[in-house]
Amino acid sequence: PRAGPVESKNEAAMSELVPEPRQKPVVPMKPMGINASLLGYIGIDTIIEQMRKKTMKTGFDFNIMVVGQSGLGKSTLVNTLFKSQVSRKSSGWNRDEKIPKTVEIKAIGHVIEEGGVKMKLTVIDTPGFGDQINNENCWEPIEKYINEQYEKFLKEEVNIARKKRIPDTRVHCCLYFISPTGHSLRPLDLEFMKHLSKVVNIIPVIAKADTMTLEEKTEFKQRVRKELEVNGIEFYPQKEFDEDLEDKTENDKIRQESMPFAVVGSDKEYQVNGKRVLGRKTPWGIIEVENLNHCEFALLRDFVIRTHLQDLKEVTHNIHYETYRAKRLNDNGGLPPMTVETEENHESNL
Amino acid sequence: YIQPLFSHQFSDSAGYVGFANLPNQVHRKSVKKGFEFTLMVVGESGLGKSTLINSLFLTDLYPERYIPGAAEKIERTVQIEASTVEIEERGVKLRLTVVDTPGYGDAINSQDCFKTIIHYIDNQFERYLHDESGLNRRHIIDNRVHCCFYFISPFGHGLKPLDVEFMKALHGKVNIVPVIAKADTLTLKERERLKRRVLDEISEHGIRIYQLPDADSDEDEEFKEQTRASIPFAVIGSNQLIEVKGKKIRGRLYPWGVVEVENPEHNDFLKLRTMLVTHMQDLQEVTQDLHYENFRSERLKRTGK
Repeated sequence: PRAGPVESKNEAAMSELVPEPRQKPVVPMKPMGINASLLGYIGIDTIIEQMRKKTMKTGFDFNIMVVGQSGLGKSTLVNTLFKSQVSRKSSGWNRDEKIPKTVEIKAIGHVIEEGGVKMKLTVIDTPGFGDQINNENCWEPIEKYINEQYEKFLKEEVNIARKKRIPDTRVHCCLYFISPTGHSLRPLDLEFMKHLSKVVNIIPVIAKADTMTLEEKTEFKQRVRKELEVNGIEFYPQKEFDEDLEDKTENDKIRQESMPFAVVGSDKEYQVNGKRVLGRKTPWGIIEVENLNHCEFALLRDFVIRTHLQDLKEVTHNIHYETYRAKRLNDNGGLPPMTVETEENHESNL
Repeated sequence: YIQPLFSHQFSDSAGYVGFANLPNQVHRKSVKKGFEFTLMVVGESGLGKSTLINSLFLTDLYPERYIPGAAEKIERTVQIEASTVEIEERGVKLRLTVVDTPGYGDAINSQDCFKTIIHYIDNQFERYLHDESGLNRRHIIDNRVHCCFYFISPFGHGLKPLDVEFMKALHGKVNIVPVIAKADTLTLKERERLKRRVLDEISEHGIRIYQLPDADSDEDEEFKEQTRASIPFAVIGSNQLIEVKGKKIRGRLYPWGVVEVENPEHNDFLKLRTMLVTHMQDLQEVTQDLHYENFRSERLKRTGK
């Protein structure tokens, strides 16, 4: 059986796709916004499943940087986030290591798998940051590293014979650890975030939050949010990148109420009410890391891993990287940078 | 045979002179005069210094406290602020001066942040030297710093470079007592590890902190040892009252439990307080006999006097 006379271009296309005969609609259809289910099942939605399968096969990269003074629990927190020993402190690190004299950049990669999905996780640590007597410009090596990754990606992108999947070493997320003084941010915190929020997604967290009572925590968070606002620091999720109203509503709530997340990390388990939980045991009680009444670790985890992971990567690629690329092209008179021999080595100590 | 000057209490045995009563006389005079003590408090902002001082002396030395934001701190230099409070207990008067050092360690570049502190301490020595050498020595006021509580962050892994530099620069000028405040951020194991690390680093750098003198015959040797073994004291401060098992105690209320300030199993607050009040005399003496004398001889050597 053949389809009846067509009334619009789209209908013709549709009748080619649809093998079965179908009722000719009474009203001529508009070209946009066709609800396929009214007409029969096409199978466009299977693309989601196809993408999922593809992702599972290829896996994906995620690069997270941690910045903050020594002793704020950065390594423990990252291990807790990914429920694996992924920080540099787990790879044969001596606990009593001396503070380095300058800021070092140390990247450790691990492949972790969950539900058939493989993630190549790289944790970039920055020991020495903020630990010296004179910390002037101690963020410069960090900014340099971040830009170097953009440069690497750019060089690969402009290559004539470029790799199918450009290895992505760009920093998708930078967790900045705020000391839980209960007072305000420190001058160094402001300086770092002012400079780096322009090149990378910064997620400020309040470290070792078990040092504050609920009231102190609420007050401190409000204070910090205000200070960040007054100083024009846009942390992730940045207001200007909210894509639609739904994003904006969700992100507004996170920006104005939840962040900065006050977290506690731990890699030790204890028995509480018959369950094994990650926590910290003190003479006056056990602090449960994943208990929302105790701290906001679970919120941070859900935010970074379960809801905004892909967005972190997209903002890095579409915004921060593009900004870098545009600047580089501009500086080069609108031309892509010449690809020099790959022996060229201006890498920081990876 | 010397006639004893005071009668009944003391035996009239041969050879007894009676000056064994001198300590009592000194004691009575001191009680009448009252004591003066100057305590300096040094550490980064947010380490719990003010809360601890208020807890130690059951007072509110900082009633209308203004906490500056980070942007203001960028411009600020180290200040010296002294507050004096008179505390009386069982007839004994103490005129306590607490010298605060806001701004210490806050700047991005803290290179010179303890110069102001050194100047202050030296100035007090200078003044005393001047008064001591003057004509009217009746009413010399002792504003010299008798003790310095140095606050070590409980969030670090040990001493920071700034801590080391400060203590090295000041251990010859003032009695340094290292303190770890906000100790409720640490588990017991972490606390022990931190204390050990701090002591190791202090010894490694040749830093001389205040040493408790050996116990007198009438003092509890064991208690003294326990106290000594707890240095640096890991303390928690609070002036909030919380109800625990029907009693109102000072502490901090968390969702996972209550930290009690005066519970020796929770922290060293009681040890610190006891140590301080029972050693005020010794702290003053060491300041006079060691730190001040050092300053004085250096000073006099320099002026070629």
